[in-house]
Amino acid sequence: MSTIVAKSSFWRERFPVDAVVHFFARKTVPLHRHTIWYYLGGMTLFFFLIQVGTGVLLLLYYRPTAEAAFESVQFIMTKVQFGWLIRSLHSWSANLMVAAAMIHMFSVFFLKAYRKPREITWVSGVLLFFLALAFGFTGYLLPWNTLAYFATRVGTEIVSVVPVIGHELLLFLRGGEDVTGATLTRLFGFHVAVLPMLTTTLLVLHLLLVQVQGMSVPPGEEARAVQRKPMPFFPYFLMRDLVGWLVALGMLAALAALFPWELGEKADPFAPAPPGIKPEWYFLFMFQTLKYVPAKILFLDGEVLGILAFGLVGVFWLLVPFLDRHPEAGGRTRWFTVFGWLALAFIVVMSLLAYVVPQTF
Amino acid sequence: MKKIFFPLLLGLSLAHAQTPPESSCLICHRQLEAELLAPVTAWANDIHAGSGLGCESCHGGNPSPAVADDPEAAMSRAAGYRGKPARTSIPRLCASCHSDPAVIKKYNPALPTDQLASYRTSRHGELLFQKGDDKVAVCSDCHGSHGILAAGDSRSPVYPLNVPATCGRCHADAGYMAGYGIGVGQVADYEASVHGEALLRKRDTAAPACNDCHGNHGAIPPEVKNISHVCGRCHFNNAGLFARSPHAQPFEEMGLAQCETCHGNHNITAPTDARLDPTGSEFACGSCHEPESAGWKNGAEMFAILHAMKSKIATADSLVRRAERAGMEVSEAKFIISAANDELIKARTQVHTFRSALLQERSKTGVDLANQAVGLGRAALQELQYRRQGLAVSMVIIFAVAAALYAKIRRKDREWQQSQERG
Repeated sequence: MSTIVAKSSFWRERFPVDAVVHFFARKTVPLHRHTIWYYLGGMTLFFFLIQVGTGVLLLLYYRPTAEAAFESVQFIMTKVQFGWLIRSLHSWSANLMVAAAMIHMFSVFFLKAYRKPREITWVSGVLLFFLALAFGFTGYLLPWNTLAYFATRVGTEIVSVVPVIGHELLLFLRGGEDVTGATLTRLFGFHVAVLPMLTTTLLVLHLLLVQVQGMSVPPGEEARAVQRKPMPFFPYFLMRDLVGWLVALGMLAALAALFPWELGEKADPFAPAPPGIKPEWYFLFMFQTLKYVPAKILFLDGEVLGILAFGLVGVFWLLVPFLDRHPEAGGRTRWFTVFGWLALAFIVVMSLLAYVVPQTF
Repeated sequence: MKKIFFPLLLGLSLAHAQTPPESSCLICHRQLEAELLAPVTAWANDIHAGSGLGCESCHGGNPSPAVADDPEAAMSRAAGYRGKPARTSIPRLCASCHSDPAVIKKYNPALPTDQLASYRTSRHGELLFQKGDDKVAVCSDCHGSHGILAAGDSRSPVYPLNVPATCGRCHADAGYMAGYGIGVGQVADYEASVHGEALLRKRDTAAPACNDCHGNHGAIPPEVKNISHVCGRCHFNNAGLFARSPHAQPFEEMGLAQCETCHGNHNITAPTDARLDPTGSEFACGSCHEPESAGWKNGAEMFAILHAMKSKIATADSLVRRAERAGMEVSEAKFIISAANDELIKARTQVHTFRSALLQERSKTGVDLANQAVGLGRAALQELQYRRQGLAVSMVIIFAVAAALYAKIRRKDREWQQSQERG
């Protein structure tokens, strides 16, 4: 006991342990009928931690070259003890993380949690979401299989429509005119170094802001939240979080064991593109929309306009807290809510169409 | 042979892209109708026209446009006019240039000049020159007359895909062939054969057409003892094995054609293992060998070896597919199965040794590979089982912890509630 005390005083002298403990002991979660949405952020964080853990393990065997990437993943899937599990967990968890982040983001949007003073929390959150998509895009090519190869070709092609610097951006992403081993090495670098660095920085900022500002209570729920005594974070909320994480872990394990992530055929740049190339589900709505955009709108290229429109919507989404400045005032904010529902409906309908409508090219 | 000719002829045909020189023949015939206009129209595309030759090269006469209004002068016998050449004279007429290396060298030095010599050795040539039979094919029957195209031109009647129809024009016509003592079913048989399927349906110009087995200018039916050489030009492994097999000598002594005896000639269908099945109607060995004789048994043994190999590969394939459907990574096993299938093809070639012991030896590698794949398939399915058991155990643990945590939450909640009420 004395050792613990000694140790504890060792840390007390060097680190504001008491302040942190005190902060968490006082931390509370408001209770009202939308409290359930508070769990989504933690769920996203849980999947992210799984990504970090499994990602590091995959790094032990993965080789990021066009000659060896496919074979190394194959080796992981067949020869490495529990390699199949780690890779499947990494792939499934990536998808669940994007899904959890998406739900988290929309719930924050509809609950108006981006209101002053949480503008920066929202901006950092949206940027984190974009980073998650970038993780998905860069990670997709790494097994160097046929589907990934051609999907990456289509995906990187899209940046070339950006005015003025489009072609340079394409060269930067691909490391040349075409998708080659250079692209693979480059995307690997982004996936394991650049993106994690940016994500960690933003994540620390995001979590710090959430801690500093506490949970936002949605407009209309303030009265209810005041009536009910908030739930102490320790241990009540955390234990509930843990139950959610355990369920998520069970779900992940089942998906990984029953539906191991496919590896497919090794990419052959000289082979014709296989029919029905589709990106991952979270890019599908954009992919499908671009198919419906007419080839020419006035004198402009339809596809370019479509992609620029998505870019603008992205910027708008990022700046929501600054545009919807007085959510309490009602009128203006109602339009934002309508926009949110329309965006959600658009994403769902377009994604479903991508699955239902036969692919013609 | 045709693989060398065609590119050269095609080259020649491309080299002559020029319009035919004007002549009295063309000027006058252009004003005529039907039969007398047709040669002019066809001539525009003729390979010879493009090389600067004129009608007079074959027909004689005065080609000068100055005499276009004077048929007497244009078609003057004094100017060498000879009109329509007799069919029997056509081979020599064509050969007047085509057998002369000095002439041919000017147009296409790689073009052979032995066509007439070959033609003389053919059935067609023999009948024409020795018996004066002008019903037989002469150059113009296969190549055309005024619209002759390079053999590599897909519109040419001697382009590989068109050869069966060209030969069939005479050889499938019972009326025309009457009196020659040969059947007219060869083209129909050929069309139904593996070779016809490959050439005519799959449009694989590497597949043999009539001329590849019979020769083109020197077209003759291959004699019995030559058949294995003809087939062996492409199927050299089978021919080589057969030549060293116990069948080679007796077949020769009995005057049996080597490949044809079992496979037929024009109607060659894809060989199946059923030809070795002693219980089936297609059993080829049974047509010569008595039941239970050594030859008969040898056939039956070869069938058993191939059958065992096939079933082993099928077992491996089904195991691996099952594992693959369940999401297991089985590319290595699939690769091995594909190698085992290659071995099966090699083993089927080995049938031409007609020695079951040799086939048994040859089949070992394939059987080993199939066994290896069976092992990998089984291991994959076991691994699948292991994963499911592991999942079940993990689920029990995860949900037990979750349930315990839930119970704890309930208890803590009650405590908190009580402390709230008290406080």
